[in-house]
Amino acid sequence: MSTERLLYENEVLELDNIVMTFGGLRAIDGVSMHIDKGEIAALIGPNGAGKTTIFNCITGVYKPTEGKIKIRSRSGAVEEIHGLKPNVINQKGLARTFQNIRLFNNMSVLENVMIGRHNSLKAGVLKAIVRDKATKEEEQRVIEESYEILKKLKLDPYTNEMAKNLPYGEQRRLEIARALATDPFLLLLDEPVAGMNAQETRDLEETIGIIRDKEHITILLIEHDMSLVMEVSERIYVLDYGRLIAEGTPKEIKHNPDVIRAYLGE
Amino acid sequence: MEYFIKLFLSGTAKGSIYALMALGYTMVYGIIQLINFAHGEIYMIGGFTALIMGGFFYSQGMPMGWVLVLSILLAMFYSAAFGYTVEKIAYKPLREKPRLSALISAMGMSIILQNTVLLAQTEKFLPFPSYLPEFSWLLPYKEYINSTQFIILVTSTLIMILLTLIIKFTRMGKAMRATAQDMHMAQLVGVDVDQVISVTFILGSALAAIGGVLICSYMGQINYYVGFIAGIKAFVAAVLGGIGSIPGAVLGSFVLGWTESFGTGYISSDYEDAFAFIILIVILLIKPDGLLGRTQKQKV
Amino acid sequence: MKVQTILTEIKKSLTVAIWFIILFFPIMVMKVSVSRGVAQIQFRWNLILPIGVAGFVLSFIWRHALVWNESHGSAKKGDGAAMSSSSLTRRSSNVSVNPFSRSVGALLLLVFAAAFPFLFGMYHTNVMITAFIYVILGLGLNIVVGLGGLLNLGYAAFFGVGAYTYGLIWKYVGPSFVAAGFDPGWLFWISLPVAGVVAMLFGVLLSLPVLRLRGDYLAIITLAFGEIFHMVMQNSSDLTGGATGISLIPRPWFFGQKLAPGDAATYIYFIALVLVIITIFVVRRIEDSRVGRALEAMREDQIACQSMGVDLVKNKLITFALGAFWAGLAGVLMAAQTTYINPDSFTLSESMIMLMSVVVGGTGSIPGVIAGAMILKLLPEYFRMLAQYRMLIYGIAMVLIIIFKSDGLIPRKRKQYTFEAKETAK
Repeated sequence: MSTERLLYENEVLELDNIVMTFGGLRAIDGVSMHIDKGEIAALIGPNGAGKTTIFNCITGVYKPTEGKIKIRSRSGAVEEIHGLKPNVINQKGLARTFQNIRLFNNMSVLENVMIGRHNSLKAGVLKAIVRDKATKEEEQRVIEESYEILKKLKLDPYTNEMAKNLPYGEQRRLEIARALATDPFLLLLDEPVAGMNAQETRDLEETIGIIRDKEHITILLIEHDMSLVMEVSERIYVLDYGRLIAEGTPKEIKHNPDVIRAYLGE
Repeated sequence: MEYFIKLFLSGTAKGSIYALMALGYTMVYGIIQLINFAHGEIYMIGGFTALIMGGFFYSQGMPMGWVLVLSILLAMFYSAAFGYTVEKIAYKPLREKPRLSALISAMGMSIILQNTVLLAQTEKFLPFPSYLPEFSWLLPYKEYINSTQFIILVTSTLIMILLTLIIKFTRMGKAMRATAQDMHMAQLVGVDVDQVISVTFILGSALAAIGGVLICSYMGQINYYVGFIAGIKAFVAAVLGGIGSIPGAVLGSFVLGWTESFGTGYISSDYEDAFAFIILIVILLIKPDGLLGRTQKQKV
Repeated sequence: MKVQTILTEIKKSLTVAIWFIILFFPIMVMKVSVSRGVAQIQFRWNLILPIGVAGFVLSFIWRHALVWNESHGSAKKGDGAAMSSSSLTRRSSNVSVNPFSRSVGALLLLVFAAAFPFLFGMYHTNVMITAFIYVILGLGLNIVVGLGGLLNLGYAAFFGVGAYTYGLIWKYVGPSFVAAGFDPGWLFWISLPVAGVVAMLFGVLLSLPVLRLRGDYLAIITLAFGEIFHMVMQNSSDLTGGATGISLIPRPWFFGQKLAPGDAATYIYFIALVLVIITIFVVRRIEDSRVGRALEAMREDQIACQSMGVDLVKNKLITFALGAFWAGLAGVLMAAQTTYINPDSFTLSESMIMLMSVVVGGTGSIPGVIAGAMILKLLPEYFRMLAQYRMLIYGIAMVLIIIFKSDGLIPRKRKQYTFEAKETAK
């Protein structure tokens, strides 16, 4: 069993013996992990292992049945976030993308990103109606900031296009752009290159690196594409049937017999 | 005490009628996650068909027994036919679309059916003859129950047993359960999903027709609008029991029937319809998945 | 082979035709009437042919329309996105109306609207007032359904709350008001904002319990609330007049003068027109703002928008409250116009009509909703012969639109953003 502890100096996220049960099913069975500031970590495992469930626990979509999730917030303090609502957790600095793309389909690409800036604005209903100078400036700022993000992810040619009309690879990038717009210090990517071809995958590899290096954002990703995982991550957690079966550097994981067994069977 | 038994029995009879309709709602919801707003109208069409056909046969001098049997069979056939057709026209094209689309389509269909009957027939209340036989051996128990209620109880019980047997033991029943659990998987293992959906609608509609004929005999009248309020109550019953669950629909129907019966008997008869709505609101607030429903977690 | 396909087509349509004849035989061909307790059946054999022909032709059109619809559509799943995508709308139409001609058009329309009561008589003015009321209702409901993606089937209750607020103020405060020497006409102006606020409160009250409910459950509970409102109003005779309602509600006075009915109608017409313009203005502002975007994101995908920091609870409350507000205002207008209110004006049928104007007109689209409301209210007036077919036509329109053109007659056009600086603007 794990002991109560505060986060280490350079940790930004810690999962402390998380258990998640659905009815009779124990989807996550006592998982403990930690993410260090500025690292790129990966969570891998066979299908159904529970990876997205962990993401959902971290981001507040699920409330863990047992266990604690702690973060080191922007102010430096340690906070427990398990059980909080997703929007609260997002405000604290965690953003995510989804395994099955969840864009705002009938809104434009720019507007999708603008939603990400939602909490950087203050205007409520009355200000929206009155539209005073401060509000107008806020709006303008948001538009420009969002456009900058689009440019960073090379989505600006699609600015006014409806999200649902985007090609698949661009949709995945848009999800990332939107998540980035929420100003996170920790970005959780759920299968960011699923369905992409080799070139798109290389591009995204590069983008992930840039996000970490230039924006100083810690990244945790779920992925099945082993080449991406090995190439990009510094630490890998391996999940199988709701339990962590290995943790280590890409080299260590590659040669880990438990991991090989989990993926290839007995 | 007498009064209590009388209320209990009439509540049970009411409940069984709601059950006949609620089953249709719950089966359709279980399979395609649609609240079939037009289901009440299917029930009304069943009643109207019985009235029209029965009236015709009677006017031709057919003996009452035959009139009864043929009217009910034809009512079932026509309700099933309408149910089947409505599904093919208004719901099938929307199967891959968001659920609210089908909901709106169902509302439109409900309006279309109501008004078709209204325009083709009349807006007046039509007296519904009591085709059902009177049982003289029940007369001594007149204070507790009348013949119509008795027939309702027996018929509904038999039908529900029949339905349970079909769902549990026939191939089609298995296919229905599989499709309700996971439509795409069922398709992959070779189930003809279109057919399963059609059968679901046909079964549910036929049941509603029986309910329609029985209740119209009981009330003694019918009108193009009766499907609406009956539909809402049956829907409440289905939600109360857990929409998607067949035993739930039955349980919820009886609970609703008893609540209405005791409520109007002991509290007030003005607010009869209100009980259904109040129950609905309470159950949706406390346990939206109903008494017997399973909590469905949304897939993220 | 061409001939083969034609034969198959004919066979299919013929089957449908025969099916229709069988299907509609009892309901349409046979007609029941009751005289002296006995059911009389008459046969309208002449209907068989039209039914068959209709079945034949319609099945043909339907089949091909569906195929066409399939090949053009690509709707993605998403609870609230039901009414925002369709195959009939061209993708990101770059053809936008010249803004100058649009302003000119709007101005002309305004001039016409202002001249209307003087060109046409009191009767038509009253018709227009009703149309305006339903435009306001449509725009208000559009906030809930079109922007927020929350299906409200009990909107007529908020309408009723507004109307009854005015009615009850008149009933209980009126007498002392008049006795104190004030013109009763002032009560209208007082009631207007009060009704809006009261309706908003009801909106919040309604939304509190439903915050956690999924789309279809939400729809049903709003329906239930609507019905309960109607029932309570019907049965509380002491408080609200029950089924007999409240009558002799005062119209607004014109600068201390009570107006004759004809002039009062004109006066109310202009008040309604101004309110419509205000509503359009406010809704447009909301649409193009942080709140509006949050509501739309909520409609598109609740989980995703929550994960992007949008507070669902707060925004659902805002949605219901905002939507209810306009219904409250519309209620006061209606009470002033007809001077009489009773529970029968606030039924589920009314809620459905309001919903229809939004869905058929164009969910989330201001011009669409206005068009929808106008059509729904004006058509029956000016096509009297179709009066009894009104609901049937609406029902058919609803089904057709949701299948083939789910974003409505005049779909929403998204705002286009332009960027200067180094790159070329889009």
